[in-house]
Amino acid sequence: MTGAALAVLGQTDTQPLIQWSWITDNFDEIASRAVQHVWLTVVSVAVALVIAFPFAVLANRYRWVIPPVTWVSSILYTIPALAVIALLIPITGLSLTTVAIPLISYNILILFRNTLAGLDGVDADVKEAAIGMGLSRRQLLWRVEIPLAMPVIIAGLRIATVSSIGLVTIAALIGRGGFGQFIIQGLNEFFWTPLVVGVVLSVAFALLADLLLVLFQRLATPWARAAGVRAVAT
Amino acid sequence: MGEGRRRPGGGDVNTIVDGFQWLVNSEHWSGSDGIPIRVWEHVQVSLIALALAALIAVPIGLWIGHTRRGQVVMVQLANVGRSIPSLAIMSIAFLLAVKLSPTVAFGFPPIVLALTLLGIPVILINTYVGIQQVDLDTIEAARGMGMSGRQILARIEVPLAIPLILTGMRLAAVQIIATAGLWALAAGGALGRYIVDGFALQEPDRIVAGAILIAVLAILADLAFSLLTKVLSPKLTSQDARRKHEEPEYRPAPQGWTAT
Amino acid sequence: MTTMISLEEVEKRFDGAAAPAVGSLSFEIAEGELVALVGPSGCGKTTTLKMINRLIEPTGGRIVLDGENVLDQDPVALRRGIGYVIQHVGLLPHRTIRENMATVPRLLDWEDARVASRIDELTEIFDLAPDLLDRYPAELSGGQRQRVGVARALAADPPVMLMDEPFAAVDPIVRGRLQEEFLGIQARLQKTIVFVTHDIDEAIKMSDRIAILNVGGVLEQYAPAEEILRAPTNDFVREFVGAERGLKRLALIKVGDLEIEDGPVVAPTATVEEARRAIDASGFDWVSVVADGELLGWVDRDALAGRTTVSEVTPRRFSAYVTARDSLRQALDSIVTSRTGVAVVATEGQHYRGILTLERISREIIS
Repeated sequence: MTGAALAVLGQTDTQPLIQWSWITDNFDEIASRAVQHVWLTVVSVAVALVIAFPFAVLANRYRWVIPPVTWVSSILYTIPALAVIALLIPITGLSLTTVAIPLISYNILILFRNTLAGLDGVDADVKEAAIGMGLSRRQLLWRVEIPLAMPVIIAGLRIATVSSIGLVTIAALIGRGGFGQFIIQGLNEFFWTPLVVGVVLSVAFALLADLLLVLFQRLATPWARAAGVRAVAT
Repeated sequence: MGEGRRRPGGGDVNTIVDGFQWLVNSEHWSGSDGIPIRVWEHVQVSLIALALAALIAVPIGLWIGHTRRGQVVMVQLANVGRSIPSLAIMSIAFLLAVKLSPTVAFGFPPIVLALTLLGIPVILINTYVGIQQVDLDTIEAARGMGMSGRQILARIEVPLAIPLILTGMRLAAVQIIATAGLWALAAGGALGRYIVDGFALQEPDRIVAGAILIAVLAILADLAFSLLTKVLSPKLTSQDARRKHEEPEYRPAPQGWTAT
Repeated sequence: MTTMISLEEVEKRFDGAAAPAVGSLSFEIAEGELVALVGPSGCGKTTTLKMINRLIEPTGGRIVLDGENVLDQDPVALRRGIGYVIQHVGLLPHRTIRENMATVPRLLDWEDARVASRIDELTEIFDLAPDLLDRYPAELSGGQRQRVGVARALAADPPVMLMDEPFAAVDPIVRGRLQEEFLGIQARLQKTIVFVTHDIDEAIKMSDRIAILNVGGVLEQYAPAEEILRAPTNDFVREFVGAERGLKRLALIKVGDLEIEDGPVVAPTATVEEARRAIDASGFDWVSVVADGELLGWVDRDALAGRTTVSEVTPRRFSAYVTARDSLRQALDSIVTSRTGVAVVATEGQHYRGILTLERISREIIS
C-alpha cells in the first residue's frame, strides 16, 4: 500500500495545496455537500433535543430514571462512531439511517446529561420561593427552571453540535459525509485540493456553529452578564 | 463503494455472526495484516499519543489551575481544539507530513501527531478543573501552616485532582482509539484497515470484524482507566469516595469547560 | 378580634418516621396579629408554617384560613393569596427586581397599570431606591434582597404572610434595622403574620404573641411576650426563654409608661443653702440643676463647698439620659453606669422630665 502511494507521490510532493479550477468546476458538489452537512447536523441535534429534553425533565423529578440511562449511555458513548457505523452497515445498509442512529444517539446522551445537570443546578431556594408564591408546576418549569438551566443546556448544545459535525465527516465512509466526503476523496486520490477544501470547510463550520451558540447564550441569559457573573456550564 | 454490486447485508444477525467467524478464523491471525499486528499497531499509536498528550497537557493544566492564571485563554483554545473534527486533524497532519517528506507521511509520525493534538484539549481541561475545584479554604489553611506553593500542589491539589485528571485521560483514550481507526483512510494501518479494506474488497464480515475489534479496544481502555481511577483516587470519607467516583463518570465534559 | 387562621389538631407524620413531626397542634391567630413560632430544632415550627400554605401537606386535622379550610382549596390558588418569605429569599435571578415584585400580581392577571402603581406603592412603603428596580438580584446587597423579598410577598396585598426565619441570613446590625423597618411597616399595614424564628429575642421584639413549641409540635405556651417572660408555664419554657428574664421583661416596658419621680432639682439662681437642703431632703448626695426646664447637669456637696449660689459651680453633665421612648432596660443600664445612681429622664432636646430609681424600676417587675 505504502509502496503504491509513494509511487504516486514521488519522493517529494510538488502538488499545490489548492487548485482553484477544481473548486470552480465542482462548486455544485461543494454546495450540495454543504447542505448535506448542515442538514444532518441540525436535524440530528434537533431530534435529539426533542427526545432528550422530556427525559431530562422526568429524570430531574423521578431520580430512578438516571442510573439505567447513565449505564446504557456510558457503554454506547464509549464505542467509536466508526465502529458503530460499520456495525450498522449490514443491518441498515449505506442509508441515512446508518448515519442517523449513532448521530442522534450520541446527541441524546449529551443533551440528556447537560439538560439534567442544568435543571439539577437550579437553586432550591428559588424553587421554593416560586412554588410558595403560587407558581404551578408547569409555570415553575418553563418560567424558572428552564431559563435558569439555559447556560448548561446551551453548553450541551455546543458539545452536541460540534461533535455531530465531526461525526458527519466520518460518515463519508458510506458516502454521506458532507465536507468529509472531500477529505476522503483527497486521501484516496492523493489530490490535495478536495482535501484542503473539506478540511477548511468542516473546521470553519464547526467553529462558526460553536460561536453562534455562544452568542445565543449571551443573548439568552442577560442577567448573568448584568451581574458580571460568568455563565459557567455547571 | 459500488451500490449496484454486492450490497453488504444479508440479514443483520448473519453478517454480525460472519464478523465473529472472521475473527476466529486462524488465517487472519498471521501475516502482516494479521489481527495481532493490527491490534498492536492500534495500541501503539494510541498509547504513544495518549502519553504525549498527557505529558503536555497535565503540566500545563496543573500550572494554570494552581496559579489560576491564563484560564480564559486556555478555555478558549481548548474549546477551539475540541471543536475541530478528528478526521480534519488527521488529514492536516497527514498533509503536513507529505509536504515534508512522503516517506514520513505513511509512518507513525503524522497519526501520532494528530492523535496527540486530539487528546490534549480534553486532558487539559479536566486537569485544570480538577485542580481549580480544590477548596480554597483547604489551600489557605495549608498556606497558613507554612506549606510552600509547590508542596501544596504536590500534597494537596494533585491528589485531590487525580479523579478528574484520570477521567480526562480516560475520555482522551477513547477518543484517540476511535480516531486511530480513521488512520486507514489515509493509507495507514491499525484496525481501521479492516473496515476500509472490507469496503474495497466487498467483504462485509471483515468490516464487522474490524468494528468489533475497535469497539472492544475502546471499551477495554475505558474500563482500565475507570479501574485506575477508583484505585488511585484519594479516599476521603466512605460516602465521599462513592460520590466522587460517580461524579466524573456522569459528565461527558467536566464543569466549566465551555465557560465563556 | 376576628380569627384569621385556625389550626385544629393539625398533624404531620412523615413516611417511615416513628413519631409525628407535628402532633395534634391547635391554636388560633387573630386578624392583624403577628405570631412568632419558636422552639428548638425538631419542634416542627417550619413544618407547621409550611402546612398553612400546603407546601407540606398535613396528614391530620384542619387549617382554616379566613373561614375556609385550606385543604379544600387548590394549593396553587391558595399560595397566590398568601405572602411567603424564606430565609434566603429566593429572588428569581433571571428577572429584574421590578419583575420579581410583579410575579404574583401577574399570576393573578392584574393589568399593567395596576401592577405599575402597586410597585410604586411598595417602593415607597419599603423605602427602596428607584434605580434598584431595574437591577438584577445578583447586583443587590443581602439586606436589600431581604427587603425586596418582603416587598415581593406583599405585592398582591395578601391578608396573610408566612415568614420563615426571614432575617436570619444577614448580620446582626442589618438584621436589627430590617426588624425595625418591618415593625414600622406592619404597624401601617396590619397584616396577619406567622413568623418562624429560632431566636427568642427576635420573637420577643417582633411579635404580638409567641407560640413556644416543643419537639413534636407540642405547644408549651402561647401568650404575649411579657406574659411568657413573667410567668413561664414550665421548666422547658423557662429554659428556652433563657437567663435574664427580668432584663428581657424590662426591655418590653417603656420609660414613658411609668410615672416618673421629680427628683431633686434646683435652679442655677438658687443659693447653695437651698441646694444643700434639697440634697438632704432627697436622700441622694447630689442635686440636678435645671434652668427654665433645660437640664444643665448635677452638683454635689463637695462642689458646692465655699460657694454662695449654685450658678458659681459648673454642673457635671449626666453621662447618659433616657427618653420616654427608651425601655426600662436602657434606663437600668443608665443607672448602673452613672455616678448619680439614677436614670435621668429628659426629652431629646434636654428638657428635664424627672428621674427613675432602681427601686422604682424593679417594682415594675416584682409582682
